[in-house]
Formats: sequence, C-alpha cells, structure tokens
Amino acid sequence: MYMLRIMSTLAWRNLWRNHRRTIIMISAITIGVWAMIFMTALMRGMVNEMVRDGIRALPGHVQIHGRGFLDDPGINNLLPMKDEDVTASFDAAGFDAWAGRIRVPAVVTSERDSRGITLYGIDPVRERDITFVAGDIVEGRFLEDADDSGVVIGRKLADNLETELGKRIVIMSQDPDNEIADRGFRIVGIFEARLEAYETSMLFAGKSAIQKMLNVPDRINEVVVLGDDYRNVDPVVRKVTDLVGPGVEVLPWYEVDSYLGTMMTVMDGFVLVWMIVVFLALSFGLVNTLVMAVFERVREIGLMMALGMRPTSILLQIVIESLLLLLLGLLIGNVLAGATVYWLRDGIDISVVAAGMEMFGASSLLYPQLTAHDVVLANVVVLILGSIASLSPAWRASRYDPIEAITKV
Amino acid sequence: MTAVTCIELCKTYRQGDQEIKALDHASIDIGEGGFVCLSAPSGGGKTTLLNAIGGLDIPDSGEVWIAGKRIDNLGKGELANLRLHKIGYVFQAYNLVPVLSARENVEFVMQVQGVPAGQRAEKSMAILKEVGLQGLEDRRPAEMSGGQQQRVAVARAIVSRPALVLADEPTANLDSKTSDALMELFVQLNKTHGTTFVIATHDQRVMGYAKRLIKMLDGRIVDDIDQQAA
Ligand SMILES: Nc1ncnc2c1ncn2[C@@H]1O[C@H](COP(=O)(O)OP(=O)(O)O)[C@@H](O)[C@H]1O
Ligand SMILES: [Mg+2]
Repeated sequence: MYMLRIMSTLAWRNLWRNHRRTIIMISAITIGVWAMIFMTALMRGMVNEMVRDGIRALPGHVQIHGRGFLDDPGINNLLPMKDEDVTASFDAAGFDAWAGRIRVPAVVTSERDSRGITLYGIDPVRERDITFVAGDIVEGRFLEDADDSGVVIGRKLADNLETELGKRIVIMSQDPDNEIADRGFRIVGIFEARLEAYETSMLFAGKSAIQKMLNVPDRINEVVVLGDDYRNVDPVVRKVTDLVGPGVEVLPWYEVDSYLGTMMTVMDGFVLVWMIVVFLALSFGLVNTLVMAVFERVREIGLMMALGMRPTSILLQIVIESLLLLLLGLLIGNVLAGATVYWLRDGIDISVVAAGMEMFGASSLLYPQLTAHDVVLANVVVLILGSIASLSPAWRASRYDPIEAITKV
Repeated sequence: MTAVTCIELCKTYRQGDQEIKALDHASIDIGEGGFVCLSAPSGGGKTTLLNAIGGLDIPDSGEVWIAGKRIDNLGKGELANLRLHKIGYVFQAYNLVPVLSARENVEFVMQVQGVPAGQRAEKSMAILKEVGLQGLEDRRPAEMSGGQQQRVAVARAIVSRPALVLADEPTANLDSKTSDALMELFVQLNKTHGTTFVIATHDQRVMGYAKRLIKMLDGRIVDDIDQQAA
C-alpha cells in the first residue's frame, strides 16, 4: 500500500503545518471526549447508586412469587411450596444470598394513631446481606431471628404514630380466611432510609411470628435472591426458574421495580444522546478546520492531481488527516477521563446538592463509574461521525481543478 | 509512430464580453525522439497547448493523440493514469509539494506509481545528483532557491523515464550556467533514451538546443523550423 503510505505522510505533515490550529483542534476534541466519558461515568455512578439502593431497599436481584402477586400482593397469594422445602432447595443451589419473606398489607396502631403499611415477616439472619435495614438501624437493634417478637420501624413512621423505641404497637391484617388477625409487638429498633417512603411504609417483624399471627405456619409468599451483579441477572433468573419449576413467577429486579428498570434504559439512551450532542458541538470546529486547511492547499492538491494522483486519493488524504486529529484527541481525552475517574475513585462529596437529589434515591457520595461499553461508545461515536463530517471538505478538495493550481502565477 | 499529434485544436476563453483564442486551429506532429521548442511571446498559447497535449485540459475542438492513442475523449481516471505513467511534467508556476523534501518530491510520482522504496531512493538520489542538487535532498521547497526548486521539478519529470516530457518554461528561474546544464541533460536523455521533449520557452538559449522550433502567436502555429538541417 504505497498510496496509503504517502497519503499518511502527507496528512501527518500537513497537520503540523499550522501548529496552533492543530493544537487548538486537538484540545477541543480532547475536552469533548473527556466530557463524554467523564460525565457519562458520573451519570452511571449516580444511577448505580440509585439502583443499588433501590435493590437493597428490598427487591434483591430476582424475586419469586405466586403468579399475579405483584398485582395483588397479599396473604392469598402464597408460594405453593412449603417454607422448609424452599429452604432446603435454595440452600442446596448455592446462591450468594437469598431469603424467604412473608409480606402483607397491614395496619399499625399506636396509642395515638394508626397507619397503613406493608408488613414484612423476615428471617433477619438471611436479610442481613440483602436489605439495607440491618445496617441502618439508628436506635435499638435489628431483629435477631425469625421468632423475634419485636418489630423494627422507620423513624418517620414512629414520628407519625407518635411512638418510640420500647413502646408497644398493634399490627392488624387478614388471614387466608379473611378473618382479622392481630397481635401486639414491642418496637425494638428504628431505622432510617434515604427515601422517606421507605421509612413510612415498611415494618419488619420476625417471619415465624408473622406466620403464626396470620395462621399460615410454614408458608411464605416471596423469595428474594441476590446474584453478584445487578447488571447481569439473567443467569440468576434462569437458575431460579430451573429450581422452582413452573407455577410461580420469577422476576428480575427491573421488572419488580419498573421505575428502576426504566431508569436504566432511559440512561442508556441518554448517554448516547449526550455523546452525540457533544460531538455535534465538536464537529463544527472540526469541519471548519478542515475546510480552512483544504482551502489553503488548493494549489498543491491541484498539483498532485496534475501529476496523476486520483481524486479518491486526495479525498482519503483529507479523511486520514481528520482521523489523525480525532485519534490524537481521543487518545489524550481517554487518558484524561480515565485519570479523572481514578483520581475521584474515593467518591465525590455532593452533599451540598444532595438534598435535592434524595427524592431520586441518590446518596451524597458519588462514585464515577467507567464502563468499557461507554468508553467504546464514545470512541466509536467520535471516529465514525468524525469521518463522516470530514467527508464534505475532503470531497471539496477532490474536486479541485488541477489547471488552476499549476497555471496561476 | 508519432509521439504527439494535434489536429486543429481550438480553445477559447471568455473574459467579460471579450473572447480570447488561446488555441486557434493549432496542428502539430511530433515524432518519437523529437526535441521541440514551442516559442511564443507571453500569452501566445504555449501553456494551453502543453496542457492539451498533457491531458490536463480538454480543447474545445480538435483531436490530441499521444503515442498512437487519442486522448481528448478519455475520462478523468484514464487521463490521470496517462499523466502518471506516460508523461513527465515541469509546470510553469507551481511544481513542488511544500511539506515534502526535495527527494520526496522527486519520488512522489514513483510512489504513486507503486515503485518499491529501495528503487525509488536509488533513482531519486541519482537524478538529484545529475541536476546538481547533491546534498540538498532533505530540504523542503521553502529552504531552496527558485532555481533549485525548478531543478527538483525537472528531476521529478524525468526520474521515471517517461517517453514524453513536457516542460513549461523550465529555465525561467535559472541562471545561464544552470540553464545550459539543464538543457544538456535534456539533450543527453533525448539521445540515450529517445525521450521526446516538448519545451515551451521564450528563452533564446533554450531554443538553440532544439532540433525543431515551433513558433506560435495568438494561439496559431506561425512557423515550424527544422534546426537540425541548419
Ligand atoms: N483560465 C483562463 N481564463 C481566461 N483566459 C485564459 C485562461 N488561461 C489562459 N488564458 C488566456 O489564453 C491566452 C493563452 O495563455 P497561455 O496559454 O497561458 O499563454 P502562454 O503560456 O504562452 O503565456 C492568454 O491570453 C491568456 O490570458
Ligand atoms: Mg505559459
């Protein structure tokens, strides 16, 4: 490929004829690429936090229910298998973490007030790895075992009920025969959550205690399984489906919590739009630079054509020049973005602005997250769109008239 | 077979409401191994004729034949090929690629032709020595005098030994000594390789070297002198 050789030589040397212009352009591309990658890493980090929080707030990675449970969550939609059978098979399957729950709508009453809540009968030992609550107890203690006769409630709910740690409350729900089932519990722990909704709507009690109260010994209506990565739950879904067979519903987190799931999809689209917008801003500079460069070289381009170089080679030469610019900008931009993310690996404190973010479930420490997918995407967007943008000046150059170049004195 | 045949070439330029006949029914015939000078005052149509012969410009009417092949009806790609492989050029005004060194400029045509690097280097070094530019091989055009640049252009035109060399005022920027050296080189190549030369000039010294002198005026051929007989 002699042609490629000479075209690259020419492209490279022409690039450095106007140092200043080239350096400015490379800086612009660098900044653009940096912005594409780093801002994406920030957004990814934020979504990551939200999803992790969301998942820790109960869904886990995969959930198993009776069919139609999500539409009608209650005591009438129990899993067909017994609690102890579930325990035996899930323990044997070797999941990272899993837990069985019984979850029903209920009313909680203090001496002062009452509220509608979702009651979770949980196995506290297993839940330690799954839900946030164990780690976010601010007063008292977490539940100790499935027989624990205490309950753990949110700070906000306690305030609403005008009750406090150590006091008794009454929980009321229905058993499978639609009879009222109620029981008094002592508040043994109070938790705080990032989302106020969690604090007001969740109440945790021992699983066995609730089974007894609701008159469903040895039955549960929800199993939660945790895999190793929320972005890769399909293998877990398959494994669980194989394990439990038909007749029950196996759902990944993004279907359990469709808000979280949608956010992930929207995010992917947003990242692409962001990259293209940054690129568009860049492309004006790029095309302008190339148009000027090509315009200044009317004569030598005409000369090369007069000597027998084909117009396509001229076109390629300009595209190569543009690619060299882009590659240099990409190289530095990638390195800078990587370095920035590494430098901020311990998180960025955004507590100043975090107050407004809490409603999204974001935490006040933001960890930018660099993914291969986003980096590749940014590079591909810049290279492909950049080549396309450079086609028009390159085409113009390849249309030059050689006679003008060699006869004008 | 003739190297160059032009039949009734016409080319008219329009400037405002004025018509300029750059070529006016010009016909010439140059045999293989010819050494021809085209002489005319400035604006006489020399460059226009050379461009037509070299496949750079298409005349309004008439025919151009190079080495037995009609070229005025070829497509752009075929013309580019013809220029690349069959003809060596020294242009009147602008000859060198600024970002390439003397040697790279000389090698440019060979490189586009696909001549291997070793062969290119050997030939370009030899030819630069022949035109008296030894030691200046790595200079860019901007670091050379007008005469030196002109010699680089000549070196490029003859380095791949084309059958036909078209030179448009090749000595315009040269002193008399270098002019003579250059013309002797042309004569030498003409003798040993049978290369056909068509040289546009209004330099009397150059005309003295020609075997044949064609005079033009206002786009017409006005005189055709065989100088060998003399
Ligand atoms: N592109 C052009 N546009 C208008 N007139 C032109 C153009 N090129 C050449 N001419 C005119 O054609 C005539 C012949 O020009 P040219 O062939 O360059 O003469 P020479 O090379 O002998 O000086 C001149 O009068 C010149 O002004
Ligand atoms: Mg001229």
